[in-house]
Amino acid sequence: MGEGLKLDKLDIQHRNGRPLLAISAQVPAGETVSVMGPSGVGKSTVLAAITGTLPPAFRYSGEMSLNGRRLNDLPPQERRVGILFQDHLLFPHLSVGQNVGFGLLRRTPDRREKVAEALSEIGLEGFADRDPATLSGGQRARVALMRTLLAEPEALLLDEPFSRLDAELRGKMRELVFERARARQLPVLLVTHDLADAEAAGGEIIQLT
Amino acid sequence: MRTESRLSVVPALTILLLLGPIAAGLVGTVLPAFGLMKVGGGGSFSLEPWHMLFAEPGLFQAAWISVKTGLLSTLGALVGCLLLVAGWQGTRTFSALERLLSPLLSVPHAAAALGLAFLLAPSGWAARLNSPWLTGWERPPDLLIVGDPGGWALIAGLMAKELPFLMLMALAALPQINSRERMQVVLSLGYGRVRGWVLVVLPALYSQLRLPVYAVLAYSMSNVDVSTVLGPTAPPTLAVLILRWMTDADLALRGIGAAGALLQLAIVVGGIALWRLGEIAAAALARRAVESGQRSAGWRDQTGRVLGIVIAVLAGVSILAGLASQAVWSFAGRWRFPDVLPAQFGLRSWERHGESALDVTLVTLGLAALAAIIALFFVLGCLEAEHRRGRSMGRAGLLLLYLPLILPQIAFLPGLQILLLQLGAAQGFLPVLATHIVFVLPYMFLALSGPFHAWDTRYATVAAGLGTGPEGVLWRLRLPMLLAPILTVTAVGMAVSVGQYLPTLLAGGGRLTTLTTEALALSSGGDRRAIGVWTLALTAAAWVPFAAALVVPRLVYRKRQAMLHG
Repeated sequence: MGEGLKLDKLDIQHRNGRPLLAISAQVPAGETVSVMGPSGVGKSTVLAAITGTLPPAFRYSGEMSLNGRRLNDLPPQERRVGILFQDHLLFPHLSVGQNVGFGLLRRTPDRREKVAEALSEIGLEGFADRDPATLSGGQRARVALMRTLLAEPEALLLDEPFSRLDAELRGKMRELVFERARARQLPVLLVTHDLADAEAAGGEIIQLT
Repeated sequence: MRTESRLSVVPALTILLLLGPIAAGLVGTVLPAFGLMKVGGGGSFSLEPWHMLFAEPGLFQAAWISVKTGLLSTLGALVGCLLLVAGWQGTRTFSALERLLSPLLSVPHAAAALGLAFLLAPSGWAARLNSPWLTGWERPPDLLIVGDPGGWALIAGLMAKELPFLMLMALAALPQINSRERMQVVLSLGYGRVRGWVLVVLPALYSQLRLPVYAVLAYSMSNVDVSTVLGPTAPPTLAVLILRWMTDADLALRGIGAAGALLQLAIVVGGIALWRLGEIAAAALARRAVESGQRSAGWRDQTGRVLGIVIAVLAGVSILAGLASQAVWSFAGRWRFPDVLPAQFGLRSWERHGESALDVTLVTLGLAALAAIIALFFVLGCLEAEHRRGRSMGRAGLLLLYLPLILPQIAFLPGLQILLLQLGAAQGFLPVLATHIVFVLPYMFLALSGPFHAWDTRYATVAAGLGTGPEGVLWRLRLPMLLAPILTVTAVGMAVSVGQYLPTLLAGGGRLTTLTTEALALSSGGDRRAIGVWTLALTAAAWVPFAAALVVPRLVYRKRQAMLHG
């Protein structure tokens, strides 16, 4: 117990009290739980609650914890929860290398080497000085993943991260993400409307209605 | 945590920064207007300033000219702007006009007014181009076109200058009200373009345009800079009269000036109230028009479209031609009437005035940069505080921002001057800077809040997941990504500062010379070559920051495609 990401009766409401959704989930380390539901049901607000960035129009009750740490009152930057969105959201004013190294502490020793190593891990050797705008969709997705992992999060949230990729890339990217998360023993919460994503994840599937 | 609490005082400080000088100015106006404060000491309640004010010859004529020119020019600019947007929005002609009119927005009022005066003067291009073949004039006619007693040149000048402003405010508001979708529906019902637009888009648009329109109306009824150049002289507009009393060597006239400032305030408030009644009447007419179901797709619609484009083109061309005319005069050697161009060009005027113009340009730009950077600091602080509290500025905040833009400058700046005199405080750079910020900050806030809010906050969510707090997000992501709009808005602020006349004159006690005060000081002298040099420097000072705002992001982000086309 205490290991992994735990949502205990997380209940999200509109500020005026109208209920939006309720969810309980236990994501063990190294495994993936998928949250599915039609668009508009508020899947992404679950992730916003976990990252601590719920819009002011909403509020929630219930408990969230990560590896035994209670998340509810922690500021977002102290929760150690990495997130990937479908538009990979690389910082457009920074180089690929600066993007990947963004989460490293300023005084990290061997910063350049770490970044170079991370890039070669995803097959992008020598891309450190490139402009993110010159990358293909698949390359961007990989850079976004590596940027998240290098910051050493304790959990990974995925907000439809594969839906902008074409069919072939999508399969490869899924494989890469789930394999890396498993290797680092990260609990993964995946939000998607694509059953194939959820099936590829291989874990429990929670259906929101 | 400490930065959080420091940030949360920024909005309060900003309010103080805006309201402080205004409140002080109003106090400094009300007290002397009722004899309660006299420059030089003493004072007790009396209505003498008011008796003296109403005994002034020409007072009612001056007040009437202010009301007439203000209302007519605002109405003209608004109708021209609305017909243009209604009839042409989405066409290629419209984009071309937008490109023509946008840079004119930042041309200082004084420069635009002097340019128009150049064109319309008896020896100006308007007369030269039509002489002698049409007019038969062999020499400049003895005609009072600029400064006509009816104020028509003033009305034309205000219209030309305010139309681009209203048009850009309308363009900023249109996407928020889904004007395109509304138009598709109404056109498919068989309505004419203009009529359909007036019935379905205008009501929503106008509620967004109302405060800018009031700002234009208030400015037009109370401005000094354009009135000095284009307005009648005997008597001038009320605002010009007030300024005369306030800058007279006889300090006893400050009491009349203060009373006049309050009268001006009442006139502007009354003018806005009258305008509000007009809005209600127009809305009632529009409702009846909707119910009539008449579609008016024929010639009346076409007339509206043509009228819109004619007014807009005239406004744009007259300001541009005015600037061109100033350029030609500044390089002109001998220039006989009715030749369209001078017989020779030369650098004599620039040799004579260039050096002092350059000095004053540097002072003007330095003051402008300082005012804009201080204002930027507060604007960003407010926006970021708003963002972190997850609340946006309400209607009260918006009204507060518009207060300095709607409240006539001539109604409270004289009071500020009196107060400074009274306290023995130094007039000069600091009071000028403080008053400039009062007018610079609202424009910068209004211009920056759009891009600031449009920034995708999911970048902040991603960064938080990487362990980066709000400070890091602000400095490492939000501000660098907003570099281009931040620089453009700073240029807007600098252009506003460069164009200020009354704050520089009154808070500076005449001790600080900027390009605007110098150009207007020269305007009565009639040395066209000198005015040409100074007004060109004035327009350039307003434009240079915009050029920098275009170039700098391109250099900084030359290797970042997404930042160049974002």
